Amino acid sequence: MTMRILDKRSVPAWIDDLRATHRVIGPKSADGQAAFGEIERGAELTLDYTTTILPPKKALLPAEEILVRFEDGRPEAPADGAPTVLLGVHTCDQHAIALLDRVYSLGVRDQPYAQRRQATVVVGVECLRPCSEHAFCKSMGTLAPPEGIDLHLIDLGEAYAVEVGTEQGGALLERAQGVHDAGQAELQRLDRVISEKWARFPYPLDFDISQLPSLLTTGHKSDLWDELAERCLSCGSCTVVCPTCSCFDVRDDIDLSLKSGVRSRVWDSCQLASFAVVAGGHNFRKSRAARVRHRFLRKGKYQLEAFGLVGCVGCGRCAQACIARITPIDTYNGLFHRLQARTEVAA
Amino acid sequence: MTPTSAAQRTRKRARATPKAPTRRTGPQATRTRPPKAPRPAMSPRPLHDTLSTGSIYLPVTARIAETRPLTKLETVFTVELPPGLTLGHEPGQFVEVSVFGVGEAPISISSSPSRSNGTFELCVRRAGEVTTALHALHAGDRLGIRGPFGHGFPYQKFYGKDILFAPGGLGLAPLRSLINQVLDERRNFGRVMLLYGAKHPSELLFTDEVETWRQRGDMEVHVSVDRPDETWTGNVGVITTLFPKVQLQPRNTVAVSVGPPVMYRFVLIELLAKGIPEGNIWLSLERRMKCGVGKCGHCQMNDVFTCQEGPAFSYDRIKPLEEAL
Repeated sequence: MTMRILDKRSVPAWIDDLRATHRVIGPKSADGQAAFGEIERGAELTLDYTTTILPPKKALLPAEEILVRFEDGRPEAPADGAPTVLLGVHTCDQHAIALLDRVYSLGVRDQPYAQRRQATVVVGVECLRPCSEHAFCKSMGTLAPPEGIDLHLIDLGEAYAVEVGTEQGGALLERAQGVHDAGQAELQRLDRVISEKWARFPYPLDFDISQLPSLLTTGHKSDLWDELAERCLSCGSCTVVCPTCSCFDVRDDIDLSLKSGVRSRVWDSCQLASFAVVAGGHNFRKSRAARVRHRFLRKGKYQLEAFGLVGCVGCGRCAQACIARITPIDTYNGLFHRLQARTEVAA
Repeated sequence: MTPTSAAQRTRKRARATPKAPTRRTGPQATRTRPPKAPRPAMSPRPLHDTLSTGSIYLPVTARIAETRPLTKLETVFTVELPPGLTLGHEPGQFVEVSVFGVGEAPISISSSPSRSNGTFELCVRRAGEVTTALHALHAGDRLGIRGPFGHGFPYQKFYGKDILFAPGGLGLAPLRSLINQVLDERRNFGRVMLLYGAKHPSELLFTDEVETWRQRGDMEVHVSVDRPDETWTGNVGVITTLFPKVQLQPRNTVAVSVGPPVMYRFVLIELLAKGIPEGNIWLSLERRMKCGVGKCGHCQMNDVFTCQEGPAFSYDRIKPLEEAL
């Protein structure tokens, strides 16, 4: 892999140039909190940001998206392949995108997602210090970028070291002023930055991530789920802010003429009581405990088994959003210690 | 016993991937109409093919050829696809039916592949918004169809066996697809038995057809209602009261039951008590599939997507899934 150097002073002009050919989405500061949005001026971009409330997922899977337009009963699928650069994606969110790619392409390919994803260049940025007390990326193995990220920036102070992952990414990078190959000094600086960074991140899980699926299998009937259910309010905040949650509802809207309209998908949440209701009113996941458990099992076990990647990337957003203070770290550790205690008693 | 369970599971898993590799299409690829095949020597394209050439969410516009009310709540719709397309389904599969502006709902296919002659049938209960809107449609009206989705009953695996059908209520609608397929290949099967239960005589579906089945002479038919009216002369009681009426060779019998979850609990007790192996008991599970393609999450039970692996399942497959029944 080639390592290129991008001077920080060239970044705003680079973004402005990219905007001529691409929609640029990245973190920008709004009232002291960074949020992903369309970058209208290069100077708006805030690459040195702590975690956003909503993940960059919304650039690939909008909260509401038209699937079908119909005019006089004739349905048509809209095309959205606008070239996009998704900039400043943290490594946890990069891993989340890698999972979404699999969810939406394995088995049956989801064209609305696929056409947007194909037109999107992802530019990551390395996190140099923990972004929130709830983040546990190191435990989840998402503190380094996954394969296939187009460009990845690592802050060296005055400049970024840029890992070029794809040709497409490389071509975009070359549009910046003064990009050059990393020299010996810069490579040494990069190594130092990475190894110093590693030590700064905590490892809050009390067990190894490889144990998580079997832990969730064994803990399927644990009292923990009932206890969490007593606190959970079934508000669905955790799934809204989750970078890997991708379930949706489908609904139709018709205009006043009753002739034309749209069918859209909107984010949905397995935490809402109505999620698993079928015609006739039967609810297959009626208890709150079953819904809370479903979310943790889907994240820690089901998605790994179905798609080969863990469904939780350790970003900590759900913990931050939960007013009942249900956190994945406490849940996973709590389950681990309960089961360990049980094993010791049995022995 | 037949060593079907493990083999069937592997087969199902293997089939969960698309049969043909999906072609990558460019960003601007949208599906309009299926390309027109040259007129002569045209073999109809399966409807499912249209999903790999454009958006999986884009329905094909079909025409209602006929509507036939069965009860106060259930109507049979005969649906005709555009020329050049055929449904190409397995008994037990479902389609997503659209009423544009109202929504889309998963509906099981009620006609058998053996009788799909350019059209297919859906037996629809008026229950929610989409089905209420469907019931307001007439012959000649248009609706949207996507599918067929999921996996049906692997009836070729049942060849040589006795077949016991046990539908309850609306469960006869999807099961009728399999029953007619079995009857159309009658010599491939041993005994064929039907135990059909409904709440009330007025809620019995396909009564004329059930009567022709009874009169064929090569099918044992038993019907029961929970609450009889004054004209009812048949069996009274829930569906399980019909089980003592049939003597089975349990190791050579495949039982297929479709009905509400509460019925499954009791029917399973009967079937297992008769000694039918868990792998030879087949059920169809109802879920609110919004997408039909394993993405929306609504039909997930534990780690299984009902719309992909099911809706037809052998009991041994779903037994460990707490969220299945």
